[in-house]
Amino acid sequence: MAAYSRRDFLKGSLAAGAGVAALGFPNIITAQGKEPIKFGVLHSLSGTMAISEVSLRDVVLMAAEEINAKGGVLGRKLQPVVVDPASNWDLFAEKAKQLLLQDKVAVVFGCWTSVSRKSVLPVFENNNGLLFYPVQYEGEECSKNVFYTGATPNQQLIPAAEYMMSKEGGSYKKFYLLGTDYVFPRTANKILRAFLLAKGVPKENIEEEYTPFNHQDYQTIVGKIKRFASGGSATVLSTINGDSNVPFYKEFGNQGLRSENAPIMAFSVAEDELRGMDTSALVGHLAAWNYYQSVDAPQNKKFVNAFKEYAVKAKLPGGAKRVTDDPMEAAYFGVYIWKQAVEKAKSTDVDAVRKAVYGQEFLAPGGKIKMDEANHHTYKPVLIGEILKDGQFKVVSRSKGLVRAEPWSAYTSPDKGCDWVKEKGTYQKKA
Amino acid sequence: MRRFALALIVAAWLAAPAVGHAAAPAADVERALADLAGADVERREAAVAVIGKTGDPKWLAFLAALRDGSVYARKKGGQLEILVGGSKSTQGDKDVIEIKSAYDGAPLGTMPVADLIEVSADRRLRIAIKPFLDADETRGQFADPDANVRRGAAIKLANQADAGAAPTVEAALAKEKDPWVRQALAEALALIRLAHGDAAARAAAATTLGGLHSLSAVPALKRLEGDAGASPAEREAASTAIKKIERWTLLTTTVETAFQGASLASILLLMALGLAIVFGLMGVINMAHGELMALGAYTTYVVQNWFRASWPQAFEAYFLVALPLSFLVAATAGVVLERGVIRHLYGRPLETLLLTWGASLIIQQGLRLQFGAANVDVSSPGWLSGGVPVMVGVTLPYNRVFIIGLATVCVAAMYWLLFRSSAGLRIRAVTQNRAMSACLGVRASMVDATTFALGAGLAGLAGCALTQIGNVGPSLGQNYIVDSFMVVVTGGVGKLAGTILAAAGIGALNKGIEPALGAVFAKVAILIAVMLFLQRRPAGLFATRGRNAEA
Repeated sequence: MAAYSRRDFLKGSLAAGAGVAALGFPNIITAQGKEPIKFGVLHSLSGTMAISEVSLRDVVLMAAEEINAKGGVLGRKLQPVVVDPASNWDLFAEKAKQLLLQDKVAVVFGCWTSVSRKSVLPVFENNNGLLFYPVQYEGEECSKNVFYTGATPNQQLIPAAEYMMSKEGGSYKKFYLLGTDYVFPRTANKILRAFLLAKGVPKENIEEEYTPFNHQDYQTIVGKIKRFASGGSATVLSTINGDSNVPFYKEFGNQGLRSENAPIMAFSVAEDELRGMDTSALVGHLAAWNYYQSVDAPQNKKFVNAFKEYAVKAKLPGGAKRVTDDPMEAAYFGVYIWKQAVEKAKSTDVDAVRKAVYGQEFLAPGGKIKMDEANHHTYKPVLIGEILKDGQFKVVSRSKGLVRAEPWSAYTSPDKGCDWVKEKGTYQKKA
Repeated sequence: MRRFALALIVAAWLAAPAVGHAAAPAADVERALADLAGADVERREAAVAVIGKTGDPKWLAFLAALRDGSVYARKKGGQLEILVGGSKSTQGDKDVIEIKSAYDGAPLGTMPVADLIEVSADRRLRIAIKPFLDADETRGQFADPDANVRRGAAIKLANQADAGAAPTVEAALAKEKDPWVRQALAEALALIRLAHGDAAARAAAATTLGGLHSLSAVPALKRLEGDAGASPAEREAASTAIKKIERWTLLTTTVETAFQGASLASILLLMALGLAIVFGLMGVINMAHGELMALGAYTTYVVQNWFRASWPQAFEAYFLVALPLSFLVAATAGVVLERGVIRHLYGRPLETLLLTWGASLIIQQGLRLQFGAANVDVSSPGWLSGGVPVMVGVTLPYNRVFIIGLATVCVAAMYWLLFRSSAGLRIRAVTQNRAMSACLGVRASMVDATTFALGAGLAGLAGCALTQIGNVGPSLGQNYIVDSFMVVVTGGVGKLAGTILAAAGIGALNKGIEPALGAVFAKVAILIAVMLFLQRRPAGLFATRGRNAEA
């Protein structure tokens, strides 16, 4: 695609208009005459995933704008190259190639679904690119060219299940694992099942079920849950994908089930998804994340307000009603982690930056986080939240300190580890 | 600590004139209040127990406030004073909140929210609070005029199976007239006796539970059945009861599945009806059908917002206004589409297919620009949330019952319109022989526009109804278009009866398979079944007779 030279040529006129790439960056070439650092934003702006990924683009551009306002990185401004892979997994790889080879960006922030990440992985590995991936995922990956700022299963799934089993959470004994049929819920439930069995939950107290993408008719499943929960002490662990949640929760409420009978612990419902839902059916149900908009911290208040102001200023749909959520926070601090690493390495060279990221700390909106010394993942706090009527979460439980990421779950792959310092990525642990 | 006590005494004193007598809280309650503001989970839980055990209705009201998250603390001379918050408002640039004393809710003026510390009740604390409030609430709930509230109270007592609740339940049962509440009360009583009675009472309770078909009693009954210490009579009674309940469950599952099939069929029918008319009568493959549904759904959203903003007291009625409006909006869009472009392309199915597909993308993107890429929320009115119990263990959701009704009405109206009215006669005439009808003085182009508007309007109606079940977003149409086409093609193009039969067949088959195979394989199985069926009968259930068949 010859889009870049054309973009370059049209830059002046585009910046004046509402050209996405130039949004909010009127002074791309700085007065000092230093060339700007280009970075890629690889999020779907159209298609089914746009609903979730557009917010990540917004927050990454906001972070870059903040950094530019404070003088940029190494005295150079950041210049975004925004591409739209349109929720099409093959297009992700193509656009990633374009960003790395034609635009020669220093770093890429992008991807949401695991399949899109898997699709760009060979591109980044073969061309020695650098990707910051901001979404909680199923683990079982350890790439030299990716930094994972979202949670691994042990930073979300396991603490949530532990909470439901604890006295504090209600001492639940029966677990209904319900998910949309794709890689994250399948792997997540494999790990959850192994964990529950290890904790002595009998097999007949675990039920597992999947629905197709965009599934709308939850009558049969809710009927099953009703029978499953009839003796009490049952809970639903849900990895249902964003769009199917409204029909599911509505049916759940309409068939007479309440959060007191059988609470739903969700792993894929965050503030941004709740914007488009009638929350009355969801109140009292739970979710597990590493950040909520309601986290009570000064840096978070600043972050939330800054984002709302940014949304108004950039005339994003929703304006001041926009919310922040876990993947957005992870995308946001990813930009800062990269900035700090570049400053430490005094270069944007991928190998130098990669080594500089190890052990990097940052006061993220949700609290201090730390990049792992070797496994390319992030130390994060784990928060259990309860859904409120206004679509926000009330934190009901918080992990003590930061939880280390385990890309290979101790319950399904106890013999594997991930280390890019002493080993070469994934390695077999010695018995 | 002393200052804190002082504050409480002052609060009590302030409240005194209103109450008539001043009651300073006992020392242990004071300590409990201080613990509540602390961070120690165990001590907070103990504090709730201390406050709850006073049995004082005013303290119980305080616990209710704590559970609802409206308890705050404020710093007062180095100590924390516990307060109950009232309504919030904005004064200047600050949010202020009314504050009341903890014990009796005496008003203490207002203060800025920012100066208060929230004393939150986490899940564990709320579980600790629950029994105290329940005991107090139940009596009030049994006197409530709403049968659902009374039934809820009975179910709650049944789950707790607390021996102390038996007299309350008996008293309520003696007065109760509503059959569903009586059922729940009898179940609660039997469960309590099963848990706490002697051997004879347990056996009797087990038999009663069997007679009541109580599904929630099965775990308790199974325990009794397997209990080596129980008498043979009890175990016998328990196992008979379990068998009876299991047989009943089989019946309820069947009834439920039948209803679910009917519900899915009615949704499919509603979606496909408009498409069937346009496709069948005019030979236009309308790829924008889904987006016309989305237009109907967004109309519902706009009407809802309008009601919420300017007519909140009549909010419950918004849906009744949204139904005809969504029909009109989608029908108007249909007329614009037909008059604007489609009429130039009659008899060229591939071009119309491309054209309507383009139109669908334009509508979709237009909705995205206007309302944003994210889904929007459409709340169900009260009369479409919840469900009606029809037999023990079966609750039919109102929204689904409503959609079954709506689909029935739509089909009946279509039949009347097509086969009993003069407009329908003209539509059928143009469908059968356009040139001849035109010669006889039928304005064929007028008929085309009306037919298309009708089909589009039905799509809008379907979109409006679907807001009560699923998401409303710009890509809503794409989720439904495939299913709609599947129904129309299976039914046979051009025949309403075929569409109805296909919707019913696919709905029933899907819901019949799903319990056994799961949702993913049910969908796969349906697609395979449709494919095999079309292999045998390419024209669908009913053979085509329309303009496109003649071509």
